[in-house]
Amino acid sequence: MRVLALHLGLLAVLGALHFALPAYHHGNLARVMVLASYGIGYNLLFGYAGLLSLGHALFFASGMYGAGMLVQHGGAGAGAAMLAGTVAAAAVAGLLALVALRTRGVAFMIVTLMFAQAGYLTILYFGDWTGGDEGFVMAQAGQMLGGIDLGTPGARYLAALALFSACLMGSLALARAPFGRVLVAIRENEERARMLGYDTQAHKRGAMILSGAISGAAGAAYAILFGYVGASFAEVQYSILPLLWVLLGGAGTVLGPFVGALFMFYLIDLASGVTSAYMLIAGVALVLLTLYAPQGLMGEVRRRLWRGLP
Amino acid sequence: MTVKTKATTTRRGAMRALTGGIAAASLPMWARYTHAQSAAPIRIGFQQHRTGIGAAYGRWYGRATEAAVQLINEGGGINGRPVEIVAEDDGTDPKRGAEVVEKFANQHKVDVGFGTLFSHVVIGSAPRAGELKLPYFVVSEGTHVASGMLNRYTLQPGITDVRSQVISMAPFITDTLGKKVTMIFPDYGFGYDHRDALGPAIEAQGGEILERIAIPPTETSFTRYFPRIPRDTEVLYHVMVGPGVLTFVKELGEFFGGQGPELFGFIDSLEAVAIDSPGLEFLEGSHFWEGMCRHAQPDDSEHAAAYRAAVGVDDRGAALSDARDVSTYGHMFGCWETLHVIKAGMEAAGYAGPQDRAALIEAVEAMEDMPESLAHPQGAKRFNGRTHQVFGHQNISRVEGGRLIRVHRTSIEDTLYPDMVDYTAQPF
Repeated sequence: MRVLALHLGLLAVLGALHFALPAYHHGNLARVMVLASYGIGYNLLFGYAGLLSLGHALFFASGMYGAGMLVQHGGAGAGAAMLAGTVAAAAVAGLLALVALRTRGVAFMIVTLMFAQAGYLTILYFGDWTGGDEGFVMAQAGQMLGGIDLGTPGARYLAALALFSACLMGSLALARAPFGRVLVAIRENEERARMLGYDTQAHKRGAMILSGAISGAAGAAYAILFGYVGASFAEVQYSILPLLWVLLGGAGTVLGPFVGALFMFYLIDLASGVTSAYMLIAGVALVLLTLYAPQGLMGEVRRRLWRGLP
Repeated sequence: MTVKTKATTTRRGAMRALTGGIAAASLPMWARYTHAQSAAPIRIGFQQHRTGIGAAYGRWYGRATEAAVQLINEGGGINGRPVEIVAEDDGTDPKRGAEVVEKFANQHKVDVGFGTLFSHVVIGSAPRAGELKLPYFVVSEGTHVASGMLNRYTLQPGITDVRSQVISMAPFITDTLGKKVTMIFPDYGFGYDHRDALGPAIEAQGGEILERIAIPPTETSFTRYFPRIPRDTEVLYHVMVGPGVLTFVKELGEFFGGQGPELFGFIDSLEAVAIDSPGLEFLEGSHFWEGMCRHAQPDDSEHAAAYRAAVGVDDRGAALSDARDVSTYGHMFGCWETLHVIKAGMEAAGYAGPQDRAALIEAVEAMEDMPESLAHPQGAKRFNGRTHQVFGHQNISRVEGGRLIRVHRTSIEDTLYPDMVDYTAQPF
């Protein structure tokens, strides 16, 4: 009950902030919620199933291009684009799972990294369709949902909140469901989980598809809400970012991705106002956190204050 | 009872006197701005590539911007108000670029945004500028503005676009260098602009493109692409950008060993690189497009010379303070000229604040001929208000004795092409 209250409370606070925040932070928080949804997708695979992927940008970009190209070449609206992006990412994740899950550990990292790079180069190769490295601007129709323009600040914030709410509560439900507990068991000791009779391969495949779908939904939402589709989102740095958010916020915690994404966003935003070496500041912060809070911010909360925190 | 006040010097009194003294001493500086309704500065958000792949350009775009603002402020600012630059690093990344535009509009409360170069950052940022109704003056050379991809709030009045540059090169290439052309270009958007524009322009001059060699952006070694250059190639047209350009140019020289076809390149390949760097000797006799000539020319106008001095660059295009710090001279004049267009637009619109942003855009759209002047030291320009794109003269230089010597300057007419959009039909 306390757990449910905490997560619903966060959503309520985010809902209230819609009316209270000044324009700049209002826009930032909308962006952070979409990015945190991406982090939640990543956390499902890394935090719960223990699979460290270095290729999640492939899923984020699949969602982004699945949505964007349907708008660009098919004239679809936001609803269909969102669905197409999510399905496209899930399909790509399903295909990648067939290959990548034959490996584990460092090999899994390399395979996912390699496929993500192949995805990035594919986007460049089909430049006539994808806009290549420059990308393209989403048509106005792609931001319309039932007569509502999702490009306006209020609608954008609420749409981002809706996506984040669905991802957060879905993640919470999953963490407490048998499926989520089996994933944790796989993370802790896969051999033992298999010995207990669980089909660990099927669970990992399911986790990867679900993780890809959530990441893709975030990518599609990013394209729809912020109006741009570009190959840079398929580059390796967008595979590293969700890893950092999850590590900062706390791997294997439901709230970790949001806390990490929020922390990282404002760290960069504030540090860039002070020095052009702002990534150095971000790096130092990461090192300090790794030294003094190795389980991430929410992981520390779980360790010190609330052992039952999911 | 009478209270006597002692005539002593208190700390507060001293501070007050000191402040008054400073204000009086600086009277000539701020008195220039007093005729304006508000003496608050005009704030211009400068989206700068301080880090990332565009950092060399960003550094010099910054210097050109500082110099232009100093000149504008010495002349009384804009509408009697001083200009203040608010610079933010976008990391040459479109996601961060869009965030920077939001920061400009909602946190820094700037009057306009300005200065973006790399195309993907422009395309990623422009939708947000349009939604936030922030006039967004880019200095990018991409054809994305004139193509109609962007919106009414995005303008490019200070630098010409790749398409107009390329089509104006074709007559010189076919008449002077040869009619059988092979192209080498990066396999992404910037390269495609060259690929798509050059072919028809060369064919219109009776020439032909023998081969189009696209090089992936991740490539670090280029030698294996050179055997694809047909033997009967008369002109090799090359344009590369990014960290691999110096390797590309050196390997090209090693491959031909001074015995190859005529070389025609865009200076983009060698911006911020000294033309007399070791390994580049084979470029002697080759030709380059330059937006503005890096090396001082004997026939430079007084405005071009004044601009060169103002941005702190020597006769060879390097910083006065460090001859190894070579500028991005072929492009950075765009910042200088754009800031002067913003000034002219604001003064024509009677710009007083963000409520006049639409009037500012209409004022810029109404501009046509911009004569050569200190505001336009690269040369005269012609602005197309419908496509939000400026057109101007282009330069072709030949490397002679380690110097870039201008051998041809196009007319503005050579650079024109039909409109692809009419932004003035879009509502604000």
